[in-house]
Amino acid sequence: MSVDLVANVVIAGVLTGLVYGLMALGLSVIFGVVRVVNFAHGEMMTIAMYAATVLFAALKLDPFLCILPVAAAFFVFGYALQAALVNPFITRPEHSQFMLLVAVAIILVNALLMLFGPDARNVQLDYQLESFEFGRILVDKARLYAALAALVTAGLLFLFFKFSLAGKAIRACADNHLGALIVGLNVKHLYAMTFGIGAVCVAVAGCAMVLLVDVTPPLGPAYTLLAFIIVIVGGLGSMGGALLGGILIGISEALAGLLIEPSAKSMFSFGLLILVLLFRPQGLLGKRS
Amino acid sequence: MKRRQFNQAIAASVASLGFPGLVKAQGQKLKVGVILPRSGYLGLIGQSCQKGADLAPGVIRDMLGVDLELMNADFESNVDTARTRAERLIQEGAHVLVGPFDSGAAAAIAQVAEQRGVPFIINIAAAPQITEQGYKFVFRNFQTAPDIVREGLSLIGSLFQATNAVPRTAVFMHVNDTFGQAMNKGISAFMPRLTQLPFRIVDTISYDPAAKDLTVEVSKAKAANADFLLLVCRLNDAIILRREMVKQRWQPMGIVSPGSPGMYEEQYFKTLGKLSEYSISNVPWYNPKAKLTQVVEKAFLKQNPKDRLVFHGLNAGFTFEACLIAADAFKRARSTDPKTLAEAIRQTNITDKMSLGGPIKFNAKGQVEGIGSACVQNLNLLPTVVLPAGAATAKPVFPVPGYKKA
Repeated sequence: MSVDLVANVVIAGVLTGLVYGLMALGLSVIFGVVRVVNFAHGEMMTIAMYAATVLFAALKLDPFLCILPVAAAFFVFGYALQAALVNPFITRPEHSQFMLLVAVAIILVNALLMLFGPDARNVQLDYQLESFEFGRILVDKARLYAALAALVTAGLLFLFFKFSLAGKAIRACADNHLGALIVGLNVKHLYAMTFGIGAVCVAVAGCAMVLLVDVTPPLGPAYTLLAFIIVIVGGLGSMGGALLGGILIGISEALAGLLIEPSAKSMFSFGLLILVLLFRPQGLLGKRS
Repeated sequence: MKRRQFNQAIAASVASLGFPGLVKAQGQKLKVGVILPRSGYLGLIGQSCQKGADLAPGVIRDMLGVDLELMNADFESNVDTARTRAERLIQEGAHVLVGPFDSGAAAAIAQVAEQRGVPFIINIAAAPQITEQGYKFVFRNFQTAPDIVREGLSLIGSLFQATNAVPRTAVFMHVNDTFGQAMNKGISAFMPRLTQLPFRIVDTISYDPAAKDLTVEVSKAKAANADFLLLVCRLNDAIILRREMVKQRWQPMGIVSPGSPGMYEEQYFKTLGKLSEYSISNVPWYNPKAKLTQVVEKAFLKQNPKDRLVFHGLNAGFTFEACLIAADAFKRARSTDPKTLAEAIRQTNITDKMSLGGPIKFNAKGQVEGIGSACVQNLNLLPTVVLPAGAATAKPVFPVPGYKKA
């Protein structure tokens, strides 16, 4: 097996993994602050993918140009979802939260089926079929752009949480809920904002992912599961962990497909998950509770 | 009651005593449960098959004077759902089941049909074991995987002869579902015997037909450095795979399917445009010159003014023929009794048909033998018969333009 074959496959795995990582980052941020697991995460990403295909079909808008309007709409959607639906459940038992968000997920999948039908949709741009050539290494242009979009978004998110007042306030809520209330922070507003930010992550990931795969309504549950695997591997609540988890899953699937059997590659994501749960239950970059 | 009405009633009663089946058959419709994967990863092909079923009531009424009532069910490309849909159709009164395009689903429905004693006519499904179980109510008017492979490989030999091409190696990629596994077994069994074929398979790569990304698979296939790609695919994966080949700048001498769906489907052309050109599928196909084909084509255009039968030839053709077999048996059986209907299906001998090959006649296992294949190449954005020469409307192109030896 040649080195360039392995390099090609690993690079593709890393680039796809970064987009997966951004999607999982949204889940991780929401859980890290609001302490609610968004079981409708993959379904939300599917909606973003459909939004990109609709904008492309109607306005011939490149999915990367769709990112801003779709992300803005998703922030409002995420904010409203948290404020109206999830906030009342925050103090309720976890199984109630689980049922609520699973119900939201089922409604979203069925709404997509009613609106768009079961057929796969995609966008078709010239550069989707092009690659950058570095010697014998070929890098898929669309995949590279998607990974860059994921990296930029993750970087902006990091800067937001590190340096902005709102970001610091959100981190304060995550660190000490009671303390945040005592110093007068509007925790409900900050929770809703966090959910909105998580939704922005899936919006960007969705717009990027639609360049790589065709979208169908049943894709949502598969992505929710994938996001879970990634955040558990990386560490629930850890931003860096989500990206690392995404990259690891991307590489492990790619290498398993290459070295063992392509049709068994997703098995390795679950294998990695079991290993992490056994030997480092808090995830690779997660903090022990 | 007046005297005339009384006489008519008596005459009707006498007629029904003398010819009960005839009256029964003429007085009722044959309820045909059509089970297809109209959604899920096989959705587009299922919808294509459905077009053939939708034509059946009108065309068959004109042909045979038989009324069909279609009871449509979508099994969502899920084998378990296929089983439950079949159960429900039978509960709701289906006299015969038709479908389902997929071998896994066909095996599941066959079990239900056999348990409930309702005839099941398979339109498209190739796994040989389905008609090897000794079932009494299961019939198939489609080639088995070994037949497809034998015909497909034989046509590959003819293709190379016709184009004076001598590829030495092939990389074999196949879906890992029931159909793909059956085809893999068939190719493994037949290749060593077909010594006249100039090539050997240097690598075999299986993949999930529902895969969303085939980067690794195509990288691996490209690395095999084979002369051409031998492909057993479905539709969505064929599209993803073709795009990935372009991205990875892999230009083998050609893509040849020894007998699988995907590359002659309308969606393949719509989605890929010029990239769909030159792909070759050796598949059971319809005879464009057959009388029935002309009738069906006319009805198809009437029902689908913006569409063309050639994009649905195999799917719609074999689904239509499955409905035709049911209607023909119903006409002869003069009854919807499942055993009588199954017996009539067993006696089928339809010569006026769409598909290539001999008449539709079932053997003791419920399998039609002698169905012909054609080498169908995508030329000028249309699936075009290029072999056998007698049915060809264009010459085959191989190696494909743009081919570069890696």
